[in-house]
Amino acid sequence: MDGLLASTLVYGLVSSATLLLTALGFSLTFGLSGVANFAHGGLYLLSGFTAWMLMKAGLPFLAAAGLTVVLVGVLGALLYRVVIMPVRGIVLAEVISTFAVGVAIIEFFRWKGFTTYDYALPELVEGSVEILGVSVDWQRLLIVGIALALTLGLWAFTHWTKIGLALRGMSQDEYTALSVGIESDWAAMLSLALGSALAAVAAVVLLPLGIISINSGYDALLVALAVTVLGGLESTAGMIAGSLILGFAVTLTGNYVGPRWGEVVYLGAIVVVLTFRPSGLLGSSKQLEERV
Amino acid sequence: MSGVPQGFRRERVDRGVAVRARDVFALSSNRDLAWLLLPRVVPLVLLLAFPLLGSRISGYGQTVMLNTLVVSLLALSWDLLASAGLVSLGQAFFFGLGGYVAGWLNARLGLPPALTIPIATVAGAAISTALLFPLLRLRGIYFGMITFALPLLLMRVVETTGVLGGTEGLSGLTPLPNRTLELYLVTIAALVTLLAFRRLATSDYGLLFQAIRDNDRAVIASGFDLQRRKAQVVFLAALPAAFAGAFVTHRYQFVGMPAFAMDYSTLPLTSAVIGGPGSFFGAMVGAFILVPLSELLREFGSLRVVVYSAMLLVFTIGLPEGLFRFAARKWTQLERLVPIEEAARER
Repeated sequence: MDGLLASTLVYGLVSSATLLLTALGFSLTFGLSGVANFAHGGLYLLSGFTAWMLMKAGLPFLAAAGLTVVLVGVLGALLYRVVIMPVRGIVLAEVISTFAVGVAIIEFFRWKGFTTYDYALPELVEGSVEILGVSVDWQRLLIVGIALALTLGLWAFTHWTKIGLALRGMSQDEYTALSVGIESDWAAMLSLALGSALAAVAAVVLLPLGIISINSGYDALLVALAVTVLGGLESTAGMIAGSLILGFAVTLTGNYVGPRWGEVVYLGAIVVVLTFRPSGLLGSSKQLEERV
Repeated sequence: MSGVPQGFRRERVDRGVAVRARDVFALSSNRDLAWLLLPRVVPLVLLLAFPLLGSRISGYGQTVMLNTLVVSLLALSWDLLASAGLVSLGQAFFFGLGGYVAGWLNARLGLPPALTIPIATVAGAAISTALLFPLLRLRGIYFGMITFALPLLLMRVVETTGVLGGTEGLSGLTPLPNRTLELYLVTIAALVTLLAFRRLATSDYGLLFQAIRDNDRAVIASGFDLQRRKAQVVFLAALPAAFAGAFVTHRYQFVGMPAFAMDYSTLPLTSAVIGGPGSFFGAMVGAFILVPLSELLREFGSLRVVVYSAMLLVFTIGLPEGLFRFAARKWTQLERLVPIEEAARER
């Protein structure tokens, strides 16, 4: 097989999985409670630094990562109670207040000077392996595995467990869900906690690939928005399709046109898809009504 | 009643009339008129007189004033979009496009600022409307998402493709002749925008924009072309923002990737929220509070961003009507002393 083609295939898959993992938390919260958590990027960055600080305090990486996920999940629930609940239902205010929280978190770390090369998380597994003649490090394969496992796990959770079904019921028809005894605030708080915990998972898995840079917070939000808008909401298949398209498009252009062109593809892909399919690639008509 | 001199009584400025008609007062005297004119005329006179102070104000003070007015323009633009239900998280998009058009016209074609600024205002607004047009079908939160992403993505396009000077930007552009002219240009632009948007909001044409915000289905059902109306409001709102971009480009004699920076999105948004969305005056009041404040905090680096994010949060949750409406209400509820006529007659 052509080396370039193989590398496009492998790294396209890896970068798709990266996008998927980054967007998962945002998309889940949005799909389940209708809250666009613009603090997603802030929470992502916060998780990275929390894990780093816990490791400085002497915890092994796995323990630090696990604790981070729990802590950030609790923070997400708090975020709902303190910030979102007073303005629930006013879409504009929800967006603005979570956006403010996200920016505050990110800029706080910038102000505190968390900008040097010291801030990096260790890879969980060292070394690399050859697939189709392309060398990939284990960490990147781990990303693919975790992204897949989480996506499938969440699908099963929202389709087969009682809590998951309650959450989906709330997102489909709030009044009916209320009448069968599902509490709206409880469901939304849970979805925020889950989404934030997923942002933390993404952070501890993705950030070891490089240093923790402040702007990765904004990048994470941007990726989440792109994938979510592109794929269509509450549609797991749509999210996978969205991240595959973006991931492969970025890798393809990066490999064949020029390494720096990949980023430009985001813009093109979003505009083109939304022009022809405003509901996203696999969005349903109910979402179409909400969007258009 | 304590504190009230003999022969006087307290009376509220709006004397209970405002309970029935929100803004209409029975104007019985010049004094009543003065109470209403004072808060309108004083800021106007101060604004117009500021450039005349010339060198009595330090260069730094003038810079802060210019920045404030530029943010006011962007905040007014945000407010018009929001009044049509289009919540923009990326005012930098309009700002940057206006700036780049002016910069390109000046650097490549050599046009003077007297031409580039008007052309960039209109062309920048037209280009941003054209770019946003396919995305206008999105509403609510989705529009916010996409406007947040657009300036950041355009910044990357400029960075990676190297068009329009790439990371270097376009520099050495023609400066504006002098500071007084700069100040007047942007002051008048802000006032014209403010009054024009106020006028627009109450006209039949502008009411339709509010209808889009409140119930766009009803607008379609009434036989209006929703897409076209949305494009029109985006164009109108983009005008002052593109002007601000073109103006800043010539002022700094440079346009580059910073024109798409987040600051130009968050500052106007925060200004409009602090002042209170929907009144246009509020957007300006917010800018006049926020920008000087952020200048005071400049030495703390990005802590000031944290501070205004916190303000954004506090005002969104705690005072959603904004400072302007709050202050306006309190002003008409002030109590003044008036002589008691009967008492005066008996004496």
